[in-house]
Amino acid sequence: MVSITFIQPDGAAQTVQATVGDSVMQTALNNNIEGIFAECGGAMMCATCHCYIDDEWAEKTGDKSDGEDDMLDCAETEVTDASRLTCQIKVTDALDGMVVRLPSELA
Amino acid sequence: MERVVIIGAGQGGFQAAASLRQEGFDGEILMIGDEQGRPYQRPPLSKAYLKGGTVQALSLRPDSFFETHKIELRMGCWVRAIDRANARVEIDGEQIAYDHLIIATGARNLRPQIAGLEHSVGLRTLHEASAIKAFLVNGVRVGVIGGGFIGLEFAAVARELGHSVTVAEAAPRLMARAVSEPMSARFAEKHRQLGTEIILGDGVAEIDAGGFTLASGRYVDTDLALLAVGVVPNVELAKLAGLQVDNGIVVDEMLVTSDPAISALGDCAAFPDPVTGRSIRLESVQAATDHARLIAKRIAKGADAPYRAVPWFWSDQADWKLQIAGLAGPTDTAEELADGTVLRFCGSRITAVETINNAKVHMTARKGMASGVPLTRQKFDVTPAEVLV
Repeated sequence: MVSITFIQPDGAAQTVQATVGDSVMQTALNNNIEGIFAECGGAMMCATCHCYIDDEWAEKTGDKSDGEDDMLDCAETEVTDASRLTCQIKVTDALDGMVVRLPSELA
Repeated sequence: MERVVIIGAGQGGFQAAASLRQEGFDGEILMIGDEQGRPYQRPPLSKAYLKGGTVQALSLRPDSFFETHKIELRMGCWVRAIDRANARVEIDGEQIAYDHLIIATGARNLRPQIAGLEHSVGLRTLHEASAIKAFLVNGVRVGVIGGGFIGLEFAAVARELGHSVTVAEAAPRLMARAVSEPMSARFAEKHRQLGTEIILGDGVAEIDAGGFTLASGRYVDTDLALLAVGVVPNVELAKLAGLQVDNGIVVDEMLVTSDPAISALGDCAAFPDPVTGRSIRLESVQAATDHARLIAKRIAKGADAPYRAVPWFWSDQADWKLQIAGLAGPTDTAEELADGTVLRFCGSRITAVETINNAKVHMTARKGMASGVPLTRQKFDVTPAEVLV
């Protein structure tokens, strides 16, 4: 099992066990992480599983998928260089200990 | 305490329950589903699930979500009737009162009058998909009746898994209801390249244990015949209850039925197209979830903004992701751009934008349509550099 820590905009942290092969989105849903809605179910048709991945983990998560940036452009939350769609990040052993930050909802 | 009862535990029913909580509704929520198990997503059933996906990955949320958010689930349960006079629904002899009722009964597979239908299978429920998945071993001959999204997604997966595949479509082109002629042609070519036999303009006249006979008289040998010729909305409960039904359960721009205490959403609802005002019914995740959110906001907060969401659709077929933004009418014209994008027009108005593996243009179209400012042809002009990509 791989540990992943989700941090809410208010700083509240929740560390969960992820299954290798699942997406980070699926991991979040399985553990009722607030702020991950995943409306399209991981088909990369929305941007409601948007999160920030810190630099130190960015390399290990692999490259963005084709079109991921285009979908992120439409996120209703603030997009930064650290932005990813969590449906496009597969859990691997290398991600053990990864920190995923959730965006604040734009007013 | 106020109680919302939701009939249907699919994508739309689930989204209504989740959005009600998100919007701060603190009354009771009861969701009634006729299938067993947790509410799940249907789109992957014809895609990832058949290729080795797990049942768990289909779940919309884990059990704990429903417990935490106090959403009561009654699964494997049929609503017998809606008693509008007393604001109650009847399930298996039990009466459940509602303050607001949301009908999210979705659709079921269309079963046309073809002899031998019992020799075919459908692909809409997890139960059906699991049976098909178990059957797809050791190279079987697959016949697909209907060249729409589901039939073609299934055909692509079956080819990828090494089965031989024949698709028979009665219309002269694939996905005729959903996409333009140039797109249909491109997908026909794509599937043929994948090794699928595509038969157009030749519907199925009869099915038997060994295959099916086409209108032309040709016989297609199959080990598995998938019937994928569309769906019909589940409107019977609403009709019995005296609600207005015309193609779907008729709702206004607030998604309220002819009874102010009852809303309807998703595949079963006929709602006014925000652009043309015409009554339309969409079969999509987008419509189900966007409808659900609007209804939840209205019930929880009294929000009164009319429904305005831009329709969008997608279909994964092999390594092609078809994306459609907007909604074209059957007679809308089509213009193919250099980068492969197809624009649909009603007069000079862009009604839909069809793309393959081009999220950028798709999202530009969705954003543009959502802004309320009519899209212009110029917005889609591409530079030579982009064409090369």
